[in-house]
Amino acid sequence: MRINCPCCGERSLDEFVYYGDADLRRPDPQDEEAGAKFIAYVYERTNPSGFHRELWYHGLGCRTWIVAERDTRTHEIYATCRAVDGGAPEGAAADRERS
Amino acid sequence: MTTNDRYSIFSILRQAWRGNTGWKPVWRDVAPKPAYDVVIVGGGGHGLATAYYLASQYGRRRIAVVEKGWIGSGNVGRNTTIIRSNYLLPGNVPFYELSMKLWEGLEQDINYNAMVSQRGVLNLYHSDAQRDAYARRGNAMRLHGVDAELLDAAKVRRLVPFLDFENARFPIRGGLLQRRGGTVRHDAVAWGYARAADRLGVDIIQNCEVIGIRVDGGRAMGLDTSRGYIGARQIGVSVAGSSSRVAAMAGLRLPIESHVLQAFVSEAVKPFVGGVVTFGAGHFYISQSDKGGLVFGGDIDGYNSYAQRGNLPVMEDVCEGGMALMPRLGRVRMLRQWGGLVDMSMDGSPIIDRTPVEGLYLNAGWCYGGFKATPAAGLCFAHLLSCDEPHDVARGYRLDRFATGHAIDEKGMGPYPNLH
Repeated sequence: MRINCPCCGERSLDEFVYYGDADLRRPDPQDEEAGAKFIAYVYERTNPSGFHRELWYHGLGCRTWIVAERDTRTHEIYATCRAVDGGAPEGAAADRERS
Repeated sequence: MTTNDRYSIFSILRQAWRGNTGWKPVWRDVAPKPAYDVVIVGGGGHGLATAYYLASQYGRRRIAVVEKGWIGSGNVGRNTTIIRSNYLLPGNVPFYELSMKLWEGLEQDINYNAMVSQRGVLNLYHSDAQRDAYARRGNAMRLHGVDAELLDAAKVRRLVPFLDFENARFPIRGGLLQRRGGTVRHDAVAWGYARAADRLGVDIIQNCEVIGIRVDGGRAMGLDTSRGYIGARQIGVSVAGSSSRVAAMAGLRLPIESHVLQAFVSEAVKPFVGGVVTFGAGHFYISQSDKGGLVFGGDIDGYNSYAQRGNLPVMEDVCEGGMALMPRLGRVRMLRQWGGLVDMSMDGSPIIDRTPVEGLYLNAGWCYGGFKATPAAGLCFAHLLSCDEPHDVARGYRLDRFATGHAIDEKGMGPYPNLH
């Protein structure tokens, strides 16, 4: 599996760090059901067999956060884009920085 | 019945006398009946063990196991066959120790040679801090009645003299040894449990893929399968690797990601690795099969996958770990490599619990450690299905433990499944 970095071109998998599902959205802490929504956000995953939008970090390259659209059954990558351009969830990258 | 000959030295001699023409199929090939009391989804080690213990320990009847492919075609035939109970946390140690005790009596219990070999599991340490962590782990094990010995470098040297003890970066300072750990012939576990369950009347239905779970009024009614509808009063899902897919059929979303874990076998060489050895400075473990092949593996690939095959960076990483530990590995050719799908849970520990859907039960989230758990997972899942409450040693493995703050995070990584 090679990932096409929008900045660096196609690069080896071992330059990247995986973060997971790119479609999780951080709930509003002021929401009345914030507790349950945060549990779902932190712990539950759709984990699809097939099309998956996911976050990768080009740590040993340009350090860009990337959203890849990939088939989890074949590892085929359909498309990649910079996370800032691709509707990445706000805060996910920042979470990772803090952890 | 076609399968009920008991295996013994006499049956072998009798068959030898007849030119081995009288062996019968080990389990019946059955078509699904319209309904059962209990249907186990997944004919792997866990599913078959569950069916066996349901029938043998809990006196249940009208049980079926449905399997998408053939039994033993999934993870029970794809692991590196290691058994051990060297865990640290209270939620884990009693469970895995029960599993170890069941392994020790398994072959007599199911009348099948599973080649259980307690050849020892040795975890190496390379620094003072790691020694202290292993001393703590060993003490936790011994407090739970599990055997553990902390070895210094000299004692490790006597056991496995061929390691790179004076490695400049990661010198070997000693190890934590569990002598009762070891390896088991993994396919024989599936076959043995299948045969034993079949002898107690369990229907094992192969090539029968579940394509839907019928839920009515919050209660599971039965399964739509590739071989028709099967009604069930209780459904036990035991399909680690694909748990999210099956649970989604009942509208559930699980705290699980599916990942791929690779394993490797070298060409056969003369016996030299006596037990299981794990490298403490990277993720690498190795044992030698009875055929002579070196069986080894390391980390999961680390991204969501249902592909049953991995990628080259992890192979390189595993082989680097092997070379750092055991430089002579460099002269051995790799013969086979494969991948299996693992349910990576959010804390690295499994789930054996009821689900919000009544009548639907879940055995999942085994990460890369499901094989060693096979007997206890089967027993505890059977207990849950029969008594409708968790087995004593599996009380921690609740589906809602993330919401209640009772995660069992052996590795201390937090909710990042690819890091456990």
